[in-house]
Amino acid sequence: MAVMTMREALNQAIREEMHRDPGVFLMGEEVAAYQGAYKVTKGLLQEFGDKRVIDTPITELGFAGLGVGAAMVGLRPIVEFMTFNFSILATDQIINSAAKMLYMSGGQFKIPIVFRGPGGSAFQVGAQHSQAMESWFAYFPGLKVVMPSTPADAKGLLKSAIRDDDPVIFIEQERMYGNKGEVPDDEDYTIPLGVAEVKRAGTDATIVARSLMIPLALKAADELQQLGLSCEVIDPRTIRPLDIDTIIESVKKTNRVVVAEESHPFCGVGAEISAQITERAFDHLDAPVRRVSGIDVPMPYAKNLENLAIPGVKEIVAAVKEVAYV
Amino acid sequence: MTTTDAKSRSASAVIEAEPNEAGLDEGIAQLKNEQKERLGGLDRETLLDLHHQMLLIRRFEEKSAEAYSLGKIGGFCHLYIGQEAVAVGAISAIRRDDYVLTSYREHAHAIAKGISSDAVMAELFGKAGGCSRGKGGSMHMFDREVNFLGGHAIVGGQIPLATGVAFATKYKGTDQVTLSFFGEAAVNQGAFHESLNMAQLWKLPCIYVCENNQYGMGTSLERAMSLHDISRKADAYELAGEFVDGMDVLAVRAATERAVKRAREQYLPTLIEVRTYRFMGHSMSDPGNYRTRAEIEKHQLRDPLKLFSASLLETGTVTESELKEMDQKVHEEVERALQFADQSPEPAIEELYTDVYANPLGIDGPRNR
Repeated sequence: MAVMTMREALNQAIREEMHRDPGVFLMGEEVAAYQGAYKVTKGLLQEFGDKRVIDTPITELGFAGLGVGAAMVGLRPIVEFMTFNFSILATDQIINSAAKMLYMSGGQFKIPIVFRGPGGSAFQVGAQHSQAMESWFAYFPGLKVVMPSTPADAKGLLKSAIRDDDPVIFIEQERMYGNKGEVPDDEDYTIPLGVAEVKRAGTDATIVARSLMIPLALKAADELQQLGLSCEVIDPRTIRPLDIDTIIESVKKTNRVVVAEESHPFCGVGAEISAQITERAFDHLDAPVRRVSGIDVPMPYAKNLENLAIPGVKEIVAAVKEVAYV
Repeated sequence: MTTTDAKSRSASAVIEAEPNEAGLDEGIAQLKNEQKERLGGLDRETLLDLHHQMLLIRRFEEKSAEAYSLGKIGGFCHLYIGQEAVAVGAISAIRRDDYVLTSYREHAHAIAKGISSDAVMAELFGKAGGCSRGKGGSMHMFDREVNFLGGHAIVGGQIPLATGVAFATKYKGTDQVTLSFFGEAAVNQGAFHESLNMAQLWKLPCIYVCENNQYGMGTSLERAMSLHDISRKADAYELAGEFVDGMDVLAVRAATERAVKRAREQYLPTLIEVRTYRFMGHSMSDPGNYRTRAEIEKHQLRDPLKLFSASLLETGTVTESELKEMDQKVHEEVERALQFADQSPEPAIEELYTDVYANPLGIDGPRNR
């Protein structure tokens, strides 16, 4: 175990997988000479050379499609979006090519590719650079969507994503790159995709959170403990396929659920989780499922407004108290 | 660097000089002469094979139209009639282990790359015996065995994919080349420009074959493109560009051979503009009110099959009776394909849920909604 930042853990995962498999290569804007816009790819150019660590022109649709094509014939590309905001330009290739290729070819062409990069809110970067994209990608069968919340998860999940034979959307939270945590050194340390983790066990209410909301949910759980409310915090880690069983199991125990997310509420992942809980565990619920989401507006620039747009510990605490009727 | 020179532009002059019937006749005569000259370089077996493939595609498409109107083929069905010399000429210039990616007008490329007409027809019918097991349809045919990497149905979407396949072959150090076919309307998409830029920047062995049939659905090239001379767009990215007459199968083959040499030996891309014409509608549901009967008939005078068979006959490469015999055999093959497709079973119900993920993790399928 070593203590490192999320960014270092991601770097380690990429480095180890590139050593392990010569078919793994990395491409994206500023990943090589600049050492990564967020320094996730620091040192990789020096270690692996420009054949495998490739700076691309600013041409997201083009290099996303190029990656998918390379994956069709057996390579394992890691395509970095400098931020997931720019993936919007590449969605045709991600959705129409990567997600559907295996199905429409009758099982002949798998697409082992990882699209990764920072997503979610950042610090005062305005509406076009600050948005949560996971519900877009999670909508499409054929894609897997992963969002780590700790450095250890980041390493284990990214390694699994790179080894996986399907296209994986791997969204790192921009605000969390500097977060520190213990990370196993083992080169074969992987975390299976599609498996949720109970980050904190509890009995009175379940908080389903992901990514940036996990540390906040854990803080909220601490506060609620003071009030005598024991919260279970679940991190699905993989948004699709969603480990709904772990969530349902928890709901059956606590009978109360809050889903916390920084994304917009409308048609969001929280809405999906809420719907599935209602369908599968309605009789176990003692209160309606409550969502805590980002405010339903484009991200404002002003610091005070931005702070209001992203949910915090206070909102999660209030929501849990609401479903617990205290 | 550009290889666009006076010689490769000459066909352009022929096509564009169509003010009257006399000019057209002259053009056809010139084309026949050029074709006859080229015949000399190829053995009889190759020539007959080229003719056979074009004929097979023509008859296959005629049969597809028939089956479509009988309701045996669903959805969209984009026929290739009139453009046969392009797919056949270009694909005849590559090896079996080279790659082909194309658009939704793809039956011809699939057949030319070596997928059986049985498997192509069965795919059109949505049957288990189809080359994509009935899950792709007219616009999404694939066959790993012959490196046919698909029909792709978002205009221009296959161009970055093909560029990626070429990237991978260079990465792996093989000498395979990748052919990417697309219509002229795709040239207006960003995907085209982004791909050409990367291909030349990184020296990727990809050959971009623009099948300029002069209409993007019902919109003529003139109404959609500011610079009509598509091969010149290669200049913007400093890659080799060629113009070639798409009604001349041997010219298409020769241009592709030059591009293949560049790709195989130097890892260099090429843009080939192939001027052609589609005799049928955009799809089976096209009312065709955007062009005149006379315009279509004018182009039908330059029917690639008729021009090639005339050259074969005039040079004594083949006799009338041999051609008739070939046509009869092709008819029979297409009839067999139809029967195969008819008799092939529908995909099993379980197929609905398979192939969504290569690694389904045990919790996908109907449960993971």
